[in-house]
Amino acid sequence: MPSRYLLRFSALGYLAMLLLIPLGMVFYRAFEHGFSAAWDAVTSPDAVHALWLTLLVTLIAVPLNTVFGITCSLLIVRGHLRGKGILNALVDLPLALSPIVVGLSLLILYGRGGWLGPWLNDHGIQVVFALPGLVLATVFVSLPFVVREVVPVLREIGTEQEQAASTLGASAVQIFRRVTLPAIRWGVVYGIVLTTARCLGEFGAVSVVSGNIEGKTETMTLYVENQYQGFNTSGAYAASVVLALLSVVTLVAMTLFRRKEEI
Amino acid sequence: MVTGYLSVIVLLPLAALVWEAHKGGLSGFWKTITAPEAVAAIELTLVVSVVVALINAIAGTAIAWVLVRDKFAGKSFVNTLIDLPFALPTIVAGLTLLALYGPVSPVGINVAFTRISVVMALLFVTLPFVVRTVQPVLTELDREMEQAAASLGANRFAIFRRVVFPNLLPAILSGVALAFARAVGEFGSVVLISGNLPFKTEVASVYIFSQVESDDPGGAAAVSVLLLVISFIALLAIGAVRRYATRHDAE
Repeated sequence: MPSRYLLRFSALGYLAMLLLIPLGMVFYRAFEHGFSAAWDAVTSPDAVHALWLTLLVTLIAVPLNTVFGITCSLLIVRGHLRGKGILNALVDLPLALSPIVVGLSLLILYGRGGWLGPWLNDHGIQVVFALPGLVLATVFVSLPFVVREVVPVLREIGTEQEQAASTLGASAVQIFRRVTLPAIRWGVVYGIVLTTARCLGEFGAVSVVSGNIEGKTETMTLYVENQYQGFNTSGAYAASVVLALLSVVTLVAMTLFRRKEEI
Repeated sequence: MVTGYLSVIVLLPLAALVWEAHKGGLSGFWKTITAPEAVAAIELTLVVSVVVALINAIAGTAIAWVLVRDKFAGKSFVNTLIDLPFALPTIVAGLTLLALYGPVSPVGINVAFTRISVVMALLFVTLPFVVRTVQPVLTELDREMEQAAASLGANRFAIFRRVVFPNLLPAILSGVALAFARAVGEFGSVVLISGNLPFKTEVASVYIFSQVESDDPGGAAAVSVLLLVISFIALLAIGAVRRYATRHDAE
């Protein structure tokens, strides 16, 4: 069947041209001036600080959105409240909204001249151009992932087991810990993987609120951009390789956990 | 608790944004978003996003088809590769394309600072949407319908057009809407490769960013509100397609 091969090769060719070969080139560019040059670029104090800051922001944002995600999913699936449609739409909004708009909104709210800016300033709290701003931006953009993964699982498992536990005298907390949580755990884990990937890679929202202070509020993705703009392309590619390797780890985790979920 | 968290994280900042955009009144808002550079950026964003969404509709469906119906070595690797744009930071995605199709391209193709580069960057980051919405539907699709059509003498093109395609259409549409929404707001992958030339390759999100940099939050906020409205419309469209696709399920 020639048409079958034609389709196969055009689909795979498209993927190779768009994804695989460019990605390979990043690795080539990073190491084209030798391994030690690339190593120096990613172990400079600014690069190490940027990586550390990215990990710190991720470590704060992921637990927050995990707890929120599970609670919000329970509310959407099991809760009896009005305005569920609005809740659903709000949770999905970060998926469709430009990260630049997210960053700008935070800048207007917390920046000088914003609603909360003067009050925060009087109390010596800095949000914008500091860690809290980075965290708020990251939490905003990575908000939907746990909810989107857990909601369908919750719908599927139904309430029979929870009702059975309840008739046997289990408290709400016991039901959640012993019945609901084990049933949704792979959905939660998959959601956490997606959230982590988004947090590590966030760029647009963070670049608006960070102020790009080298060695202070520069995350790994901002470091990549600043190196590239500063004509240190091999440094930018070397830092990109670090981020790309983190993405590969994420991809492997995604594949593993999705398979588990389907069994 | 959920409402409180959502209000602080999502609602309050967006309210501040709308308030900032509305500071100069409706006429001020209108004047800001009809500034020539803003109009050019918005137009480019919309046109490019439509082009990207359409290419995705075809390429994404073809890739999903190959992944579900075809058999070849390394299929699970390709299947994993589809999620790469989800996992890869957007700034790295932009740099990735620059490495192959930029000024020092080893294959002699340099699209940097052209509109083609914007399309390519957006194709990269929106690749998974159509594939991942069509793939499960295609897997679930009953082969018996196609066999019945074949036994009644339909050729393969007719089977695809009359049997398979109508079943896939809601999934394709919701994937296309997701890709469109993503393309409209995309920033990280575009910012390096497009060169951000006003009136030529500057997309809306980059325009907003440059307004922020030149200390014009009002102008930035006005265009942002427009993007916010487009996001809402895209989400509503996706919701409507999903309801339409599952309209028989409850009966």
